Amino acid sequence: MKKRFILTFPAGRTNNPITYDLIKKYNIKINIIKANIGAEEEGSLLLEMIAEESDLNNAQEYLKENNINCQSVEKRVQFIENECMHCGACTAVCFAGALTLGKDDWKLSFDATKCIVCELCVKACPLGLFEIHFSE
Amino acid sequence: MSTKTIDQINEKIKKGKAVVLTAEEVSKMSENHTPSEILKKVDVVTTATFGAMCSSGAFINFGHADPAIRMEKLKLNDVNVFSGVAAVDAYIGATEESETNPKYGGAHIIEALIKGEDVHLEAHAKGTDCYPRKEIVTTINKNNVNEMFLFNPRNAYQNYPAATNTTNKMIYTYMGNLLPKMGNITYSTSGELSPLLNDPEFRTIGIGTRIFLCGAQGFVSWNGTQFNTSVKKNKNGIPVHNATTLAVIGDMKQMDPEFIKAAYFEKYGVSIYIGIGIPIPVLDEEIARCVSIKNKDINTTVMDYGKNGHPAICETDYEKLQSGTITINGKSIRTAPLSSLYKARIIANKLKNQIIDETFQITQPVQNLPKNTNLTGLEIRGENK
Repeated sequence: MKKRFILTFPAGRTNNPITYDLIKKYNIKINIIKANIGAEEEGSLLLEMIAEESDLNNAQEYLKENNINCQSVEKRVQFIENECMHCGACTAVCFAGALTLGKDDWKLSFDATKCIVCELCVKACPLGLFEIHFSE
Repeated sequence: MSTKTIDQINEKIKKGKAVVLTAEEVSKMSENHTPSEILKKVDVVTTATFGAMCSSGAFINFGHADPAIRMEKLKLNDVNVFSGVAAVDAYIGATEESETNPKYGGAHIIEALIKGEDVHLEAHAKGTDCYPRKEIVTTINKNNVNEMFLFNPRNAYQNYPAATNTTNKMIYTYMGNLLPKMGNITYSTSGELSPLLNDPEFRTIGIGTRIFLCGAQGFVSWNGTQFNTSVKKNKNGIPVHNATTLAVIGDMKQMDPEFIKAAYFEKYGVSIYIGIGIPIPVLDEEIARCVSIKNKDINTTVMDYGKNGHPAICETDYEKLQSGTITINGKSIRTAPLSSLYKARIIANKLKNQIIDETFQITQPVQNLPKNTNLTGLEIRGENK
């Protein structure tokens, strides 16, 4: 399975080779999409992980034991879908193709598996319906 | 050449025999029907748009307190509201912004009032012999004000340029967020469904035309501001960028919050999305031809919002814009709408059903809209910084 997660590293944990462990110990194919280290050395990492479900579950357990918060992108990108008027303004800036309008019904849909957490939609939505927490 | 009258069409509607289609449906139909056949088969075509229309606002009358006040400085939910119209009348401009929260403005108050929410009112006055009160603090809502009606000076633009940005920096505009180096193009009409693109010469739409306005029945009250009939037209008689507009009026107490939304465009400010639907009676072959217009036959101009004066880059059409990408100088550029075609279709269908159900009567305009108009700019006179 393929899924995108945001990992949040507490201060002092950003020096550990966590990604290496995920690859070597849990057999996960990793694509690093976005990374950030804050002023107090806390870190955020957006990863696409491709793995067997059992490996992915074990990896999440490992991250938990190491005090690293691992959440799926859907949980960190909040979109108040029921208030959307389907204008399409967000699709103008979503170069990752996560926000698209249906070819026939012109309804907006959000595909979290494509989101790169660039946060451009937050400012593009005229109704302010997006909230994204990459760095906590 | 055969023709129909509005009275004949209304008679057919009463008998349940009228054929009402949306502008998209009739465009599809025109692929295998001539204008003459469409005239025979179709009586009314419904058009619609749901887009940001900054030039909007609402008149409201609060009623008199005891003792009474001649409101001179007035705020609703901390937004300045124009009170220079008698004692307790006011005009809420949609784009007026709160001084404490610039993402909140007149549009939000209009939406809140339509939703039935309480709005905080604070007004000050010098006090007069006939209006002795000097200040008032209270709340108002749709049930305790006398009247509240939208009166929008410029809505339903007949076409609008598409926007892009050739600079190296992201720019934030009323046409949305434009990525650097022509990274995207935004556009804002509903194309072949758009009201004034289906009646470009105002054969049926005029002063007094009954319309769908934000869920209520409203009216075209005047030509909209910046009403310009002199814009270059394409071979189908469609202006190739923004041209004419409508001033519209309607009772806010009857409106549905589904069809009016307060909005905020980053680093631009507050605006408002307005839903408008206009029925076009198919009176003759020429009108049948006009309502059959297709996206590929409607051109617009791509303009560079990164430069002063927004110079034109090229012309395109709505079929290309709605396809999701257009090519300029060999570069494929993503396109995105700002007006909601999804909502416009709901409005066109709702209007269609209201006409069929006899709850919406087709009107003859009281007076035609002007012809041969131009725009003037604002000349800078005297000293300016």
